[in-house]
Amino acid sequence: MTFNKLTGKDYPLAENRTDLVQGHRGKTLNELDLASLETGDVNMQDLRITGKALKMQGDIARSANRQKLADNFERASELVDIPQGYLMEIYELLRPGRASDQSELQAVAAKLRSTYQANRMAEFIEEAAEVYEQRGLFTSRF
Amino acid sequence: MVDPMSVKPNRWRRFSQWDERPLRLDSFAVDDPENGFSAMKGAADPQPSVEVIDGKIAVMDGIAEADFDMIDTFVARHHLDVESTVQTMTMPSQQVARMLVDMNVSRNDLVKLAHGMTPAKLADVVAHLTAMEISFAYSKMRPRKTPGNQGHVTNAKDDPLQLAADAATAVAFGFDEIETTMRVSRNAWSNALACCVGAAVGRWGTLFQCSSEEAEELQIGMAGFSSYAETVSVYGTEKAFIDGDDTPWSKAFLTSAYASRGIKMRCTSGAGAELLMGFHEKKSLLYLEARCLCMQRAMGSQGTQNGGIDGAPLASSIAGGVRELMAENLIAVWLDLECASGNDARSSESEIRIGAKILPFLMSGSDFICSGFGTILKYDNSFNASLFNGEEMEDFLVLQRDFEADGGLTPISETQILDVRIRAVEALSAVFEELKLGAPTTAMKNSVVAASGSDETESYMPRDVSLISEKIKGRGITVLDVIKALAKRDFKQEAEHLLSLVKLRVSGDYLQTSAIVRNDQVISAINDPNDYNGPGSGYQLSEQRRNEIINIRDQLSRDAVLHKEETFRVKEAANIAYTKIGQAMAGKKTDEVVIGLSPAFGLKLFRTLADHSLADVLRELISGIESKGLKARIVRFHHTADTSFLGLSAASLSGSGIGIGVQAKGTAVIHHIERLPHNNLELFSNAPITNLAHYRKLGENAADYALGQMPVPVVVPTRGEALGARFHARVALIYAIETSLTSQDSPPDEVTISFRGGNK
Repeated sequence: MTFNKLTGKDYPLAENRTDLVQGHRGKTLNELDLASLETGDVNMQDLRITGKALKMQGDIARSANRQKLADNFERASELVDIPQGYLMEIYELLRPGRASDQSELQAVAAKLRSTYQANRMAEFIEEAAEVYEQRGLFTSRF
Repeated sequence: MVDPMSVKPNRWRRFSQWDERPLRLDSFAVDDPENGFSAMKGAADPQPSVEVIDGKIAVMDGIAEADFDMIDTFVARHHLDVESTVQTMTMPSQQVARMLVDMNVSRNDLVKLAHGMTPAKLADVVAHLTAMEISFAYSKMRPRKTPGNQGHVTNAKDDPLQLAADAATAVAFGFDEIETTMRVSRNAWSNALACCVGAAVGRWGTLFQCSSEEAEELQIGMAGFSSYAETVSVYGTEKAFIDGDDTPWSKAFLTSAYASRGIKMRCTSGAGAELLMGFHEKKSLLYLEARCLCMQRAMGSQGTQNGGIDGAPLASSIAGGVRELMAENLIAVWLDLECASGNDARSSESEIRIGAKILPFLMSGSDFICSGFGTILKYDNSFNASLFNGEEMEDFLVLQRDFEADGGLTPISETQILDVRIRAVEALSAVFEELKLGAPTTAMKNSVVAASGSDETESYMPRDVSLISEKIKGRGITVLDVIKALAKRDFKQEAEHLLSLVKLRVSGDYLQTSAIVRNDQVISAINDPNDYNGPGSGYQLSEQRRNEIINIRDQLSRDAVLHKEETFRVKEAANIAYTKIGQAMAGKKTDEVVIGLSPAFGLKLFRTLADHSLADVLRELISGIESKGLKARIVRFHHTADTSFLGLSAASLSGSGIGIGVQAKGTAVIHHIERLPHNNLELFSNAPITNLAHYRKLGENAADYALGQMPVPVVVPTRGEALGARFHARVALIYAIETSLTSQDSPPDEVTISFRGGNK
């Protein structure tokens, strides 16, 4: 099934496009109610955003001439399934002086591509590697 | 010995008085562009320029690509629109500045232009605007139509009960976002849980942030306790950025990471940060901030907390610094970023400077007028005191009312506040008990409910809190556990509220630019865009919202004034009786002074503005006259309530030619038959500070005038009180009661009075 890209008319999705909004295990917003929470049918997974929702928000942002915000939502959509620990590891490695050379960041980019299909974020990290090299940011500071 | 009178003064003592004013605690720095002290004209600020070669930015603001630092690279690659930049950059800055204040040029067109402008160009354009023009442009360019506000909720003990009560209070006042931080960093989890429970009382939708270490903050968000973040700081020089231990790429990664967890975020930057961190590169506050803002847009952040922030006090010490803070906020919204517009760290000890600083934002509106209004007392603010604090909350509410401007807050009654505080404390206690985190005693709860600040509480201390916080973190307690505990203990509504808040992250609607929750709905720049294009457009105060804003406590009304006077009626009747004995005629006796009473005097109104019984006032006047061997004759006039005309009319009936006019509110005059109405002998216009001794002396002086003497005029000393502000509303209401009783054609009554034991 193909559908037209979403625009501001579909927003807020939680009101106008409830058909498109689900939690990670497929529960709709209506199913995420207090009763099912009390019976244990709802867990934190159901209350996480999905890559699909982020892409839809990206479309809406783009339709409102917010390309950079849309780019961010699209990069974010690639990170949804990355475990918290690894996410923080990547962040730490991107800070100044943490990686000792470009290869460490390139390795992260490669893993993002192969394991998580996070192509946009991988490209972004490769760009960081290149600039860090030029600006001498691979020097440890502590 | 030197004659002291021969020593020339070496100082005008006014300067000593000025030395004592709070203003002199502020510091002021001279312009010194070489050392970074310049609001908008840095020694090394570049001229705006751009060159594009083969679809790439080859030169930006005079720097060739090969020489770009990491910030230049990030801005050139991710902010500048290669297609439009060359053409946009040719537009004269003054022309663009005029477009910013031209209501016929649309916001959308201006946003598109900003995409093609370098940091130096953006700074150059806004530097063409006066403070008023910046404020106007801001009101036109801010992204979301409906203004909002954000507040701090913290306390000096990290006491969770007080956090819950204060969070609920902030929510009741209408804050769209609340932010906490800790005195002790390991208390983060307890603070987060307490605030999110408190914020669920009354209504849902106030977004919540727990400002802590980056990794921990994200974890707290993952556990569902917080719903937004704004500690993603960026800096305008490479060295400052690196000392901040980040790069544009690491911050951009964090930006995406927050979005991937469905958590709203904005970046933070503000003038003065680079100067404080020692790496200003001889550039102005504004230019460095323009770089920060271009970076934030380039990173894909939906918004910014911007406008000095921690650097606001430093920016405010520099000439034009406050205008600069406004200018950087304008660049932020021009770049289409949500703007939490500073007005955060307290930038002055002068309440006049504080009021002046907030006003442009109150009038223009802002996504968040303050990026941290201190909802608690100054000493409880763990971020440091804010521009406005718990102490000054009502000042802010009254400013909203004065200017009919929506600052995002709403006055609430004492009973409403007490209700939500009790509810919040009970709800948190229930959660603590259910989750075996603690069992607050009644004494603890009661002390918190009533406390204005943590000095007054007998509750949890920081060490107790650390143990609670570690349990929350260690046992992996999430917001779902809290919701279940609330539901189990009959806090269903709070459970529903909290669930609604967490559900926001499923659709991600609140990740869009300038999103807040109002009336159960997400509103943002997408579905509530600022569409200002002249008077009558953009945000308009609805009648309902106006009624909310103007409804501050203790307002006077005619009914209230009359009701109060009625309570005096009975008491006064025990003191004095007025008997009308016929029409008053001109007297012949030269030893009389006529006292002319106003129409409502002693009939409908019974107290002066200084709260003296009118019987006592008359007693003193008469006793003053009689002490000089003269007689007082009492006449009530109906044709006027005006002091001057009462006095002159009394004088014209007086055999001595001297009369006293006195109104029910206590204003009195001594008049002479041959003078013009407003050219009296003595006037007692400051009724609120006129005491009984003054009235007695007034009587004595009137008698002296009648005896042809020249007494020392009575001076009622004033210490410069704002008597008008204190009394004019009541004066106008009282005087309207007097004037409503006037009757042009009714002749004056001769009155006899008898004092009945009574007061003295």
